[in-house]
Amino acid sequence: MTNLEFIHAPRAAVNAAPVHDAVLDIRGLSVDYGIGPNAVHAVANVDLTVRRGEVLGIAGESGSGKSTLAYAVTRLLRDPGVIVAGDATFYSRTDGSPTPRAVDLLSDDKSVIRSVRWSEIAVVFQSALHALNPVFTVGKLLDDVLAAHLPQMSRQARRDRAAELLDMVGITADRLRSYPHELSGGMRQRVMIALSIALNPQLLIMDEPTTALDVVIQREILEQLMDLRDKLGFTVIFITHDLSLLIELADTIAVMYAGEIVERAPAKALFRAPRHPYTYGLLNSFPALHGPRIAMTGIKGSPPDLRHVPSGCPFHPRCAHAMPECVVDHPPMLRLADAFGTRDVSCWLHDSAHTVPAELALTHDAASARVGATTTTEAQA
Amino acid sequence: MSDDATPVLEAVDMSKHYRVRTKRFARSGVVRAAEGVSLALHRGRVTAVVGESGSGKSTVSRLLARTATPTAGELRLDGARVDTRRSVGRNYRAQVQLVLQDPFASLNPVHDVRYILSRPLKIHGYAGEDVEESVKSLLRRVALEPADQFIDKYPHELSGGQRQRVAIARALAVRPKVLLADEPVSMLDVSIRLGVLNLLADLRDREGLAILYVTHDIASARYLADTIVVMYAGRIVESGPAERVTDEPSHPYTQLLLSAAPDPDAGVPVRLGDRGAPPSLVAPPSGCRFHPRCPFVMPICRDQAPPMFPTADAHQSACWLHADGVSGADGHAHALGRETGAPMN
Repeated sequence: MTNLEFIHAPRAAVNAAPVHDAVLDIRGLSVDYGIGPNAVHAVANVDLTVRRGEVLGIAGESGSGKSTLAYAVTRLLRDPGVIVAGDATFYSRTDGSPTPRAVDLLSDDKSVIRSVRWSEIAVVFQSALHALNPVFTVGKLLDDVLAAHLPQMSRQARRDRAAELLDMVGITADRLRSYPHELSGGMRQRVMIALSIALNPQLLIMDEPTTALDVVIQREILEQLMDLRDKLGFTVIFITHDLSLLIELADTIAVMYAGEIVERAPAKALFRAPRHPYTYGLLNSFPALHGPRIAMTGIKGSPPDLRHVPSGCPFHPRCAHAMPECVVDHPPMLRLADAFGTRDVSCWLHDSAHTVPAELALTHDAASARVGATTTTEAQA
Repeated sequence: MSDDATPVLEAVDMSKHYRVRTKRFARSGVVRAAEGVSLALHRGRVTAVVGESGSGKSTVSRLLARTATPTAGELRLDGARVDTRRSVGRNYRAQVQLVLQDPFASLNPVHDVRYILSRPLKIHGYAGEDVEESVKSLLRRVALEPADQFIDKYPHELSGGQRQRVAIARALAVRPKVLLADEPVSMLDVSIRLGVLNLLADLRDREGLAILYVTHDIASARYLADTIVVMYAGRIVESGPAERVTDEPSHPYTQLLLSAAPDPDAGVPVRLGDRGAPPSLVAPPSGCRFHPRCPFVMPICRDQAPPMFPTADAHQSACWLHADGVSGADGHAHALGRETGAPMN
């Protein structure tokens, strides 16, 4: 059906064993910008499963591919972005049937993605000012979505629903007549959220929704978002560079570097006992709000230029534990199971042939003791 | 301030108002961007100015850099009054330098690093015999090594962190005593921010620079700064030693700011609820500008702007709760019969 099929043959095999109650299942997804030998590999062979009801955080720096991943699965990639390989299956549960309906998001038939985008998978973009059409009022923007997707809805019903949606995000109904430029940054982002939940989606993808906002407003909006999630029961993919925010917010965190997922773990496990050197470095890049002030180092070097991704493990030039094989061979994704639960790590250090450095091998007791001892701060080695 | 020596650069009761026309043909309004700001920068110390957008923190850095003319107040360099109405001379520029937020915009893309760094050296007469060597030593001071490799690069060939280091090197070229850094790391990738903050700390410790660090990120201010000054709606609301301000904030706004900051260590996330938004600077609230959002608001807060009250050694708070010397807002909250932390509106 698509050119993807022969690159990634066994689509049926993926469907045969869906992960338990997944809402989104991404397999081997690769996205390039441009074609031919000069193509930039923005997302490289990513596997990711989003479970129904969870908040999945995707953390990464600029150029790590976190936004490209989201745009690829919602088919919002702009030229020259090309999905070169992979599968993305969305498991829809609209009709309350016990078995979810599998939707192939990467299907060539564009009507497939149109049938679920916004109505079942909605996206909240970072720059609310640019994402909202400046010549329409907030009421018109909301009305448009409802009219386009629910043609049977009466005008009055749409108006009521628009007011209700604004109320859900904490904006009074008189703002229906406001234009985007008349709203503050926080209000615009609330309008974005109201738009995204207008059709009761099952999955909400949020791309840096609060990055441009002040911390107080950021927290207010996130509190409201979590309340809405409790009420409406949608699943959230939250994309941000702010790992410290994700640790509070997310159930599971996937850390991306140079287009790949390098570690995926439960949020608390990732925070207490990171296993990938990059995750460890990233955690040590956020100064703590409490406890003794300690000199921290961040990560040496700079994120890679995606036109010249380092050989082997893309993190090796910045890694404190780089070994000869890291330069040559790309590490496999290893599944680790410990007292923190299971997680996936893409690092040679964790294939049983190597000794894992102490800071990447914290046991549950050690991590708890460490947190207990300082109570407020994570001791930085 | 905690230092006995004369501050290198000091702002005394400085204000900056911008005229705006709120509506066409209407009477012009005044944006009170900064009002009655006093702060002192000392040799070998980092002073952080923390606030949200619109708090006036960047206005303060502009006033100190003299890229904005103050509406009122006094600026003192080494204790001597600076005439802010006269144009900025080379002498002031040589002592006070500014590093801007966006290193992608603040370096001219058509010039290489050699040109960017040799210009200030030549203009201020520090080029010496060997310009090349002077430029290289600047690069080494900001840890861009090997300097030979960086000297011929153009800005687009450098990463964000490297560009910001070049911008800092350019500021250092004129051998300033004061470095004003306005959000120097907020445009940089997370993993390289600490590198630039550590460089600033190094310059403070090794070269005794007085540094103003303007930021919205209170955690990074705590990491780098010796003194933290918190601004809200154009006024300083709290100032004191960095750790004390973040560990025992004495102004309700600082408390709000700290509880809103992302904190992975927090066991149970704090619920802020709806705490309102910062006020308009054209028509700021009467009295204390924070009073409409303050959970501990008292009648006096609506009528009179609070002065800075000392709450502890070198720690000051512009809050009426500290008027009678009783420290800690919690006690007052009880006296007021309100639950601590309960939102007002």
